[in-house]
Amino acid sequence: MANVKEMKSVLFGPIFANNPIALQILGICSALAVTSKMSNTLVMCIALTAVVACSNLFISIIRNHIPSSVRIIVQMTIIASLVIVVDQILKAYAYSISKELSVFVGLIITNCIVMGRAEAYAMKSTPFMSFLDGLGNGLGYSVVLLVVGFIRELFGSGSLFDVQILPLASQGGWFEPVGLLLMPPSAFFIIGGFIWVLRTFRTEQVEPKE
Amino acid sequence: MAKKNESLGKTVGVVLALCLVCSIVVSGAAIGLKPLQEKNAALDMQKNVLDAAGILKADTNVTETYDQRIETMVVSLKDLTIKEDINPTSFSNRKAASDPETSMQLEKKNDPAGLGTRENLTQIYLVKDESGDTTGLVLHIRGQGLWGTMYGLLALEDDFDTVKGVNFYEHSETPGLGGEITNPAWVKTWQGKEVYGEDGNVQFEVVKGGAKGEHEVDALSGATLTSNGVEYLVQFWMGENGYGPLLKKLREGELNNG
Repeated sequence: MANVKEMKSVLFGPIFANNPIALQILGICSALAVTSKMSNTLVMCIALTAVVACSNLFISIIRNHIPSSVRIIVQMTIIASLVIVVDQILKAYAYSISKELSVFVGLIITNCIVMGRAEAYAMKSTPFMSFLDGLGNGLGYSVVLLVVGFIRELFGSGSLFDVQILPLASQGGWFEPVGLLLMPPSAFFIIGGFIWVLRTFRTEQVEPKE
Repeated sequence: MAKKNESLGKTVGVVLALCLVCSIVVSGAAIGLKPLQEKNAALDMQKNVLDAAGILKADTNVTETYDQRIETMVVSLKDLTIKEDINPTSFSNRKAASDPETSMQLEKKNDPAGLGTRENLTQIYLVKDESGDTTGLVLHIRGQGLWGTMYGLLALEDDFDTVKGVNFYEHSETPGLGGEITNPAWVKTWQGKEVYGEDGNVQFEVVKGGAKGEHEVDALSGATLTSNGVEYLVQFWMGENGYGPLLKKLREGELNNG
């Protein structure tokens, strides 16, 4: 069985050292779409982490029986089923948030991180390690999204988790919200900034000049 | 091991087994959670109605207040009668509008809000005060915005003319611009506006650069198309092809059962 050190690197590696968004630049679309509010961001992160972890686990369990000719379809079927289940659970227990996330929960199916981890890791590894890997990548995704969501909600609407932090000018306060931050493109800039900061500290991530 | 996996029998077997398991899981979740989801959707709509009618406070018990203060009924917009045989709780305006049997095709010139079809049966909400007297009415409205259909509820006072509130509960307008149609500060400016002029025609307008008078509401800055959409949809729904005849009849007296 895998030792503790390997488990640690599989679980925590994707957070900064091998972040799926910042280093592999995967799963950007949902990072743009759902990060205008912290509460939506958090639910999306939990949903994605649950899907990656579980899909990795199930795919790894049956990995020795998946015919390689249909392996992508098998992976997609498992991922899609999990996403539908997550969507149904959200509709039942977090209705207003699921209404705002709407189509983006369904789009977890096409999130490259899920598929990428299934193909790259779960097909070759034991179920437990695959589960940890999924969890780790979900966390890596979550860290970036939460940072983006924090900046966008705080400076775009002056609030965090819908609690007003900065009094808005339109309601008699002094803070003029930055409208651009509520638009999806602003997430590009913030993710760009995140990558810049990350690579300043971890110079090994900087790609060699061509 | 790897070779055995590639045989036709094994491939078909694995795929079939997987599909079976997945479909059981998915349908199990869908059926198991359905009652909760429907309850949520109904509760959400009740909340929207209360909000439009201006009786939703932060500590309001939605279900209780709704049961006390709101009476729902399905009304025919064709012959202006109450359809008592239709259960309002299971009735859906959207379903009625998309079914050719319960809706009518709108001609282009009569369709400023871009609806295509208008339902013949609609659900209306009567707002009561504590003693049970009708103090207002909440109506479903909808129309094209910039990016998609805006769904809303419009609440009127019991003169069926003065606006009590409005709530666009579903839309896909640009956040920060057109999306401000849900901004409470803007929604507040609707209160007390009168839809109809002296002559009984719809006078309501969404205007740029300072609304004055009892028929005008300020447009949203940076959202001309959304503002136009809101204006057109109010004009449509309050007009001849919308609730106009129904409201006229209500002003003259009670509705009959039909």
